[in-house]
Amino acid sequence: MIIDINFVGLIIASIMASAVPLILASCGELITERSGVLNLGVEGMMIIGAISGFALMTVTGSLIIAVFGAMLAGVLISTIFAFLTQTLITNHVATGLALTIFGIGISAMIGKNFVGIPGKEFPVLFEGLKDTIPLLGPILFGHSIVFYFAFALPFITSYFLKKTKIGLIVRAVGDSPESASNQGINVRLIRYACILYGGAMSGLAGAYLSMIYTPQWIENMTGGRGWIALALVVFSTWNPIKILIGAMIFGGLTIIQFHMQAIGVRIPVQFLTALPYIVTIIVLVVISRDSRKIRLSTPSSLGKSFHKDN
Amino acid sequence: MHKFFIRSFVSSLVLLFTFNVAAIAKDVKAAFVYIGPTGDHGWTYQHDVGRKAVEAAGFKTTYVEGVPESADAERVLRQLANSGHDVIFTTSFGYMNPTNKVAKEFPNVKFEHATGYKREHPNVSTYAARFYEGRTILGTIAGTMTKSNVIGYVASFPIPEVIRGINSFTLAAQKVNPNIKTKIVWAFTWYDPGKEAEAAKALIDQGADVIAQHTDSTAIVQIAEKAGVYAFGQASDMDKFAPKAVLTSVENNWGPYYVDRVKAVANGTWNQKDTWHGIGDGMVVISDLDSQMPADLRSKVKKLQADLASGKVHSFTGPIYDQKGNLIVAEGKTADDGMLAGMMTYVKGVEGDIPK
Repeated sequence: MIIDINFVGLIIASIMASAVPLILASCGELITERSGVLNLGVEGMMIIGAISGFALMTVTGSLIIAVFGAMLAGVLISTIFAFLTQTLITNHVATGLALTIFGIGISAMIGKNFVGIPGKEFPVLFEGLKDTIPLLGPILFGHSIVFYFAFALPFITSYFLKKTKIGLIVRAVGDSPESASNQGINVRLIRYACILYGGAMSGLAGAYLSMIYTPQWIENMTGGRGWIALALVVFSTWNPIKILIGAMIFGGLTIIQFHMQAIGVRIPVQFLTALPYIVTIIVLVVISRDSRKIRLSTPSSLGKSFHKDN
Repeated sequence: MHKFFIRSFVSSLVLLFTFNVAAIAKDVKAAFVYIGPTGDHGWTYQHDVGRKAVEAAGFKTTYVEGVPESADAERVLRQLANSGHDVIFTTSFGYMNPTNKVAKEFPNVKFEHATGYKREHPNVSTYAARFYEGRTILGTIAGTMTKSNVIGYVASFPIPEVIRGINSFTLAAQKVNPNIKTKIVWAFTWYDPGKEAEAAKALIDQGADVIAQHTDSTAIVQIAEKAGVYAFGQASDMDKFAPKAVLTSVENNWGPYYVDRVKAVANGTWNQKDTWHGIGDGMVVISDLDSQMPADLRSKVKKLQADLASGKVHSFTGPIYDQKGNLIVAEGKTADDGMLAGMMTYVKGVEGDIPK
């Protein structure tokens, strides 16, 4: 079979587009987790971002207000999580799950009036350059600003964690909040900031789905992508660059599968749906065998509450 | 890392929390049980439009949304039957056994089950729509409008309803254009906009210039609009989501049936029935035909629509062959309802196998 080079370009471009929400939410959650907080509410924050973005776009007509509004909505809902886990010292896992349930419920409630309304077209950049270069044209050009931001984000995140002072503080807080606190770092403040940042990124990921990827509002439209994003953070062993690769693999599975179906190759769909989770478990098993590696990458106090008076 | 296994636990919790029974203000009270949220803009949404028609006719209605097809369904049905409802519509295939079980316990309550075939007690009726008639029209349009001769079809689950649709669509398309190929992609979801969009995109990338769908969201027509190919709306008129792409939609119109049945309960004329209505009875509605279609095609479609409605034309008229070339419907004969209800094989011309 002859494979057209532009066809390959189109497939890669679709895979990248499907990876965008995963990258955004994962990079946000990665920062949260690096500060030692496990927020399982990603799905809930994403769906809140999705309805907020869509609702604001419909009501105000401004895409900018909608995108930032979605991020702000993510921040607001994650504030609840931050207040509960950091100020009231509740259990991270239970609070995160509650956040997801809350997010799905409240988004459905707000969304009642926004069902069946078509979204607005989101502008794309460099549309004209798409056909100028074979293969690379469709990959590089003709995407939304959020797309480009998502692909820059893992590099920015990596630089932030490795090279900046605040990045080091975040890691210190995640590894040993007691030592960090003894050094005069306000652990609670740092964790608050990281949780809110994670909320903003999840909100943006949701807005991407409801405003750019499939411009419409439907209940439960995130379809479990928040959970995939969570799995992705573990898969990446808390390394932002690996999130990029993981998101392409996880996002690409569905698309490759659809293309194979259209060509006539059959793979059990259920297997492919489960694959991201299976791969994550395999990665966990592999990295757990190497104690040195896991110590280097995992935030040691992940999911543990920090009491200042200890 | 047990946290990722919590997903199924969470989704069941979510389902429990979303059981929001909304009682709204004649004497006859009707209840509706929905599989999805009324906000899906697809299957459940259309049933809810039907419920509103009942309400507009002056009856009290109640609905429960997001009811899983499990023991939960029985519990919900029992609760509705106990709380003074005279007729209960259960709007998903999986409610078949719970409906019959609870119907036995409440002989004075009427039960109406959508898309099922079991009527074990005199107070259970079944109803469904002949959506395949709508797909005969879509196939005719697709076969005429395609330039690449590749038609994409996003399917949901391999059940007779969906396979019947694929077959009816393909037979109609082949009739007007023997060179067409129907490429099918199974999304294994009724609605997940992201997934549906990806499936549609894959088909378009592979050369399809008309996309049909048997999933519920509007994502597919939006992708078609962006890519400059044609598409058809599902369940409701989706024209406003993709004015250039959508040529027409097949609408599910349950309202008239619901009003009829609730009135029958009120008049005491309700009897057990198995209803399977199509275009003729108005349960399947074809939206306005887009002006991009040539005038002769539009008039041809109008005539086909009238013929399907009058029964002059049947979607499955022989000779029909299966994929292996065996004659399944003889020349001049039409497929009977039993065959249609259990259709689990592709007709000749559909590519690929039915997934297990």
